[in-house]
Parts: sequence; C-alpha cells; structure tokens
Amino acid sequence: MRRLLIAIPYVWLLALFIVPFLIVFKISLSDTAIAIPPYTPTLDISAGLGAIREFFAALDWENYIWLTEDDLYWKAYLSSLKIALISTFLTLLVGYPIAYGMARAPEEWRAMLFIMVILPFWTSFLIRVYAWMGILSQEGYLNQFLLSIGVISEPLVILNTNIAVYIGIVYTYLPFMILPIYAALEKLDISLLEAAEDLGCSRFSAFWLITVPLSKQGIIAGSFLVFIPTIGEFVIPSLLGGSRTLMIGKVLWEEFFSNRDWPVASAVAVVLLLILIIPIVLFQRNEQKQREAGR
Amino acid sequence: MALDAFAPWEDPTAKPLIQFQNVTKRFGDFTAIDNLNVDIFEREFFALLGPSGCGKTTMMRMLAGFETPTEGSILLAGQDIAPVPPNKRAVNMMFQSYALFPHLSIWENIAFGLRRDRMPKDQIAARVEEMLRLTRLDKFARRKPHQISGGQRQRVALARSLAKAPKLLLLDEPLGALDKKLRQETQFELMDIQEKTGTTFVIVTHDQEEAMTVASRVAVMDHGKIIQVATPDVIYEAPNSTYVADFIGEVNLITGKADPKGDVLQMHWAEAQPAIVGAPLEGAQAGQDLHYAIRPEKVSISTEKPVEAANAVQGKVLDIAYLGNISTYHVELAGGQIIKAQAANNRRISRRAFTWEDDVWLSWTATAGVFLER
Repeated sequence: MRRLLIAIPYVWLLALFIVPFLIVFKISLSDTAIAIPPYTPTLDISAGLGAIREFFAALDWENYIWLTEDDLYWKAYLSSLKIALISTFLTLLVGYPIAYGMARAPEEWRAMLFIMVILPFWTSFLIRVYAWMGILSQEGYLNQFLLSIGVISEPLVILNTNIAVYIGIVYTYLPFMILPIYAALEKLDISLLEAAEDLGCSRFSAFWLITVPLSKQGIIAGSFLVFIPTIGEFVIPSLLGGSRTLMIGKVLWEEFFSNRDWPVASAVAVVLLLILIIPIVLFQRNEQKQREAGR
Repeated sequence: MALDAFAPWEDPTAKPLIQFQNVTKRFGDFTAIDNLNVDIFEREFFALLGPSGCGKTTMMRMLAGFETPTEGSILLAGQDIAPVPPNKRAVNMMFQSYALFPHLSIWENIAFGLRRDRMPKDQIAARVEEMLRLTRLDKFARRKPHQISGGQRQRVALARSLAKAPKLLLLDEPLGALDKKLRQETQFELMDIQEKTGTTFVIVTHDQEEAMTVASRVAVMDHGKIIQVATPDVIYEAPNSTYVADFIGEVNLITGKADPKGDVLQMHWAEAQPAIVGAPLEGAQAGQDLHYAIRPEKVSISTEKPVEAANAVQGKVLDIAYLGNISTYHVELAGGQIIKAQAANNRRISRRAFTWEDDVWLSWTATAGVFLER
C-alpha cells in the first residue's frame, strides 16, 4: 500500500515529464522533412525488428552540431541568461521593499496586502501583458501622462525595446519574489533588531547585518522562482520586446511555428532544459537547507 | 554583618547612577508608568518585581532607549538620556527571548557589539575569550545558537550583553525560560558575575523568589507605580501595604479596628477572639480600620495552649498541605477566619502530632506580624 502511494508521484512524473521529454529528445535527433509529422524517421513497430534498427540508425546529433555552428543560438541563450539575470535583480530590488513593508504592516492589514499581491493572478497573464502594450506604446497612457505634465516633449520609445521586456517581466514575476521573502521576513523576531541596536548598530546597519542575512533563504527562493521561468520566457519578449530582443523562448517558437523545423526546435528545447537543470538543482538544495534549518 | 555594608541608598551623599524623575509613560489612553520616581545606585542589583502589565518592562525599555517617557526625565549619571538613541547608550540589555542572532556563531554573537565599536581585532578576540571563560562557554564558541541548550543560550545572551562593559545591564526576565533547578543555579551565577564585573544590574521579573535571591533592593510595582522599594528582608518582614505583603510570599491578612494601648497596638477583629497585640504603627488612631499581616512560618501550632504567648487563638485543622520539608496547616478559627501556620517536618510524617479536625492552638509573638494601614 505504501509503495503504491509512493509510486503515484513517480507515475505522474513519468507520464508528464519523462515521456514527453523522451519524445522531444527523439525528435531532436531526427531530420526535418516535408511531411506530417514534419520529421523523419518515424517509428513503425509493426514493420519488425529490422525497421526499428533502421530507425535508430537514422538518428544523429546533427541538430546539436548545428546549434553550435549558427551563432544565433548561443547568442540567444546568452541574451536570455542576461535578461533573466537583470530582471531577477530588478524584481528583487522592487520586491524586497514591498515584502518588507508587508511584514512590518499592522497584523490586520496583512491579509489585505497579501490579496493585493496575488490579485493580478486572477486575470489572464496574456491580457495583463497586452495591457502593458497599451501603457507603454508611443501613444500609450504613460507617454500621454508624461507629455501632459510636461516632463517630456517627445513621446518615449519604450515598447518594443528591452526596457519594456524588463518592465513586463518584473511586473509578471513580482509575486513570486515577494511571497518567499515575505515568508522569511514575517518570521523575523523584532527583538533581534532591538538587540542589534542595543549593541551599537544603527537602524541601517541592523538591516544589513540582521534582516538581510536572515531573509537570505527567501531571497534565494524568490530569485530562482523568477530566474527559472524567465530564461525560457516567450510571451513577454514577443509581445513587448522588439525585433532586437533575442530570447531563446522566442527562437524556439520561431523554429517550431515559422520554420516548422521541429528537430532543431527540439534540440533547442533539450539544451534549454539542460541549462535550467543547474538552477533548479540549486533551488532544490536551498529548499532542503531551509527545511533542515527550520527543524 | 560587615559584609552587608553595601547600602548607598542610605547614604544621602551618594550619587545615584539612574534617576527616574516624575516619569510618566502613556500608550494612547493607557498609562503604563504613572509619575514614577526612583533612584538606582552604582553596583546595585536592582529588581523590578510585579505582575504582568504592571509597567516593569516599560521601565526597562525606557532605560534601553526603545521607549521615551511621555513626561518627566530619566538621568543616567546625571545626564538626561531621552535624546540618546539605544545604539549610543552605555546600557545593554539581555532580552527575555535572548534574541541571539541565529545566523552567527556564539563567538560572533558575543563579538557583535565590540565590532560595532570598531575595536581592534586582537582586543575583540581577547574580550570575547574573557566573556566565554566568565560564562563557561569556551567549548561552544564555534556553535550556532540552535546547537546549544537553553541554559547555555541564556549564558551567551548574558556574555553578549556584558561584552561591551556597559555602565548598566538590563535583564528582562532572564531566567524565565529555564527549568526550576537550572534557574536556581543560574541565579547564583548571575550574582557572582555581577559581583565580579561590578556592573549595575536592573532585573525585571515576576518571580518573587528570584527577586529576593539576587537583588540588593527590590521595587514592587503595581499599575505603573512603585509601591515599595527596599531590601528583600524589609520587603518581606516589613511590607508597607497589604499589596506588597500579599505579593511576596504567603501571608495571613486579618482586618480589624485599632486600639492603641501604651507602647503596644491592639487590634480587635472578632467578637469572641482576643485582640491581636503587636508593635505600634505610627499615626494609628483608635477605631481606625487596620490590617494585620503575619507570615505562616511565624505562627506556631500546638495541641496545648502556650503559656507565654502574646497572641494565642484556638481553631480546628481544616487542611494540611504537605510540601516535604514543611507542612502548611490551614486552621479555621471560631469566627470562620482561616489562618495558615507552617511547621518544619522534623519528624517523619507518620509521627505528626496533628491531623485533620484536630483542635489546635495557634500562637505568635508581639513582633511577629505587622500592622498595615492599607
């Protein structure tokens, strides 16, 4: 019985992660073809053992070699990494003070503030990103507002630049940063800060020496929760970013749907997954450490 | 008694280290401290004792700088400390929760305050080692707070607050989290450390035994006021009010009317009972309402009427609380008044002279109890 219970998550993982991954991996080793599905070879088990042997013989690493030859791909990977790093940092910069404010707010306000942070999730993510197009475009609300108060005389070009992508990512992923940091800060005993002050710290140095180290786990968790999905982010760069915003998620999309080159697209996806495994493992390790410290 | 000569509060020329001058502290409508005056002297071990909510913690937090008085001023060595922020005061506090920094080792916790003062590295190391030795924590220097026991944590908190050699050390219920046995040991350790370092200690506690054990003087507080400040023996033997008498230890309280008779004071308290005879109370008028307070251990219990006792009453044993070393007898007198008497169990329990429903005599001397006006 116990084995059965333990088996359920593994079956789940097998069905929804490993099997699809193997399919994608197999396609990445295939060649593109004008057919349905658009790649060869396809496996036909009924044709007997010889056909299966033939099938495996036709698989090769060609697409992976291609990824290293065309500099578009590694540039896209690097650019995604850069955008993900910068936007994670920006999200932390915006999210930390919000989480801090929430944790220090009077008890009766906290539930309300909490709802305000997660409320945007109730609207479709796509609609919210579209709304940002309306705000950031040349005739958008932001430019209209800035022009009307006379801060600028020419409308700013924000939409279709990397700045718009950063704004979009920070906005979208902010709750993922706020919530773990809030959880860490809420547990912080105020008397620790009083003790630090009592021992000669200014308010500011007490913050750096006590509050920040003690919310470290929350900062790390929040950063991974933003960083990991941002690397493969597709919707935000394609809607808010310009033609020069290079992100691997967008490249992946174009290979699949514009070029219909499924094998190369699959290779891109497999490499992306391998890249993401590193931060995911680090994130897991952080969670583990936190659980052990909590005990 | 030569050893006990430390009593700067009796010396009119002594300068107090801390002076509370008409200090009032209000939180909204609530008055936590009500027009309070008290002097605390250097090298004193001063205890603030009272039930929760009496304002003792507020007093301490004002000394540490976490609260400012609404009215009045607090002087430290003659200087008003109201404008001095907590991180600039020569006052350190040991927190009730210990407030040890969980991400730092014991060594770093103790060094924390010294580092903030930008003390040279070798001096910090020397001072931390000294503190570790003083609190017998040498072996644990590298551990984190969650890797040591509650008693050790308490000593780390003490070492950390003493490291900066403050003029004044504040202890907020320092032993509250320890079990009874460890608490008693630690009380003596605290006194020892206080003597060695010569630091002035102010301790907040709701445990009267703890206050009596460690303190040179005890201030009993209630509702933001200090009811009595005195040495532990005076607080116990000569409380100034029924509140203090009742708060400290066990006491029998009897109410009656005053009847001064020459150099003694008598109190009539029940029709069929003889008047209680005791030492006179200054200003007591005939017929005035009075309270008489007497400790159970000062009441003797016997089967025969004692021959030469200033006070003797007869009653029936209602209840016996056996505490091992002593027993407390609850004796009901004819009028319904219950008096507690304590006797040492210097014989085995099977050979006890009295049991339930026995008629007994209670007696005490003229100086055993005190008359109180309020």
